[in-house]
Amino acid sequence: MAAILDRNDDLGGFRPEPDDNLIICRCEEVTKGEIRRAVHEGMRTMTEVRRFLRVGMGLCQGGTCGRIVKGIIAKEMGVKPSELSECTSRGPARPIEMRIFGNEVADDE
Amino acid sequence: MSKNAEVVIIGAGITGCAAAYYLAKKGVSVIVLESTMIGHGGSSRNGGGVRQSARDVRELPIAMYAIEHLWPYLSEELDCDIEYHKDGNLRLAKTEGHIKILQNLVDASVAAGLDVRMISGDEARQICPYMSEEVIAASWCPTDGHANPMVTTLAFYRKARSMGVQFITGEEVVEIRKDKGRARKVLTKAGNCYEGETIILAAGFASRAIANTVGIDVPLIRQNLECLVTEAQPPMFWQMLGTAEADFYGHQSKHGSFVFGGSSGLEMFVKNDNTAGESTSITAASVCRGIMKYFPSLADAKIVRHWSGFMDACADHVPIIDKVDEVPGLILACGFTGHGFGIGPGSGLILSQMVLGEKLCVDIPDLKYDRFKAKA
Repeated sequence: MAAILDRNDDLGGFRPEPDDNLIICRCEEVTKGEIRRAVHEGMRTMTEVRRFLRVGMGLCQGGTCGRIVKGIIAKEMGVKPSELSECTSRGPARPIEMRIFGNEVADDE
Repeated sequence: MSKNAEVVIIGAGITGCAAAYYLAKKGVSVIVLESTMIGHGGSSRNGGGVRQSARDVRELPIAMYAIEHLWPYLSEELDCDIEYHKDGNLRLAKTEGHIKILQNLVDASVAAGLDVRMISGDEARQICPYMSEEVIAASWCPTDGHANPMVTTLAFYRKARSMGVQFITGEEVVEIRKDKGRARKVLTKAGNCYEGETIILAAGFASRAIANTVGIDVPLIRQNLECLVTEAQPPMFWQMLGTAEADFYGHQSKHGSFVFGGSSGLEMFVKNDNTAGESTSITAASVCRGIMKYFPSLADAKIVRHWSGFMDACADHVPIIDKVDEVPGLILACGFTGHGFGIGPGSGLILSQMVLGEKLCVDIPDLKYDRFKAKA
């Protein structure tokens, strides 16, 4: 069960940092600064940040940047990364063409 | 953190977040309680349709009002690109039987004042050239569209929060308790008690059990639905798509990916203990087959992800948006049956008007909580 979280907690306000332009999610080209800002604007779970910014929604599904994103969100919230829940993993394990994915039933012809 | 507000909203989906925003805009203090996280139910799992066509005429006025007065201005109002497109909806037919289904839907919508009409397969291909020759007709509603449901819900949340609405997540509501005959207290599993002069119950399927605690029951069941998304494709078309048999629906997003929802025909029988919302092994593949029949050129598009959600299916497939007579102070907003996103902003506005006793922007006499009667 999710821990109780008052979403109006003041995290001290967003302060720009020198590496805010660093691209964290390479698939969707989302920067560190965008992630940090989203946390200050109320996104307080991995899933919310993902849904708001598309972090981890690309071809690798967060396999590459997931841990880094988690670290950034946790630092901004002042919690340990281990306190944040992962996004749900979903199939397919690798991107797969519709013609193949939809072909698991035998052809009648 | 205050535990008192003029309004307590249970459920931070599109309905609850939109209601919170419109109430905050009118200067009302609001607390929103959410058991998981913002927009974690159907609000983030649907296909993003903002349509009027094929909508039940009992809830159609909400969609028509929202598409004329709310949706076009939301990105600006919420300071966030919600990716709203108003480029029309094509509902496709491949057989004479399909045409009959669509004609009935069109007739009902036209009688209710909507601009929607039947067009030929060729006319449909002029609007969207990627469709297969198998499409012989379609219904066409030029004012329908789509938006990004995840971003829209979170944008309502973000804006409402910035206007002072209190959001508390991880608070699972277990009971509403009356005080002097009025709904007043909202108790949570963690043992906290929140109080409001009005309580809006917009918790999807969970609304039923919570309403039961004040002696009110509504006929809702949980039903599984699944969606999938492709990798980004070159821009192809901005129409919202559906089919007469509803075997799939979807659109291309701003990002380039196609989002499609659909069915295997067996979702009613998903195992009851599937409370975590796992997707099944059969549905996404079945949806792919449906898509390829209508859009052969998408056969090489790669599926990146598929997911599932639950809708709060109501006995007669339209929502309950109503004040409860027996429990003054309680407003129900549930049973959206898988099409609550498109009317979400409208529902939120209506709820804010109900709270304040204002005239509603549209009449919704058929969405009352006590409309369910046994056979005579």
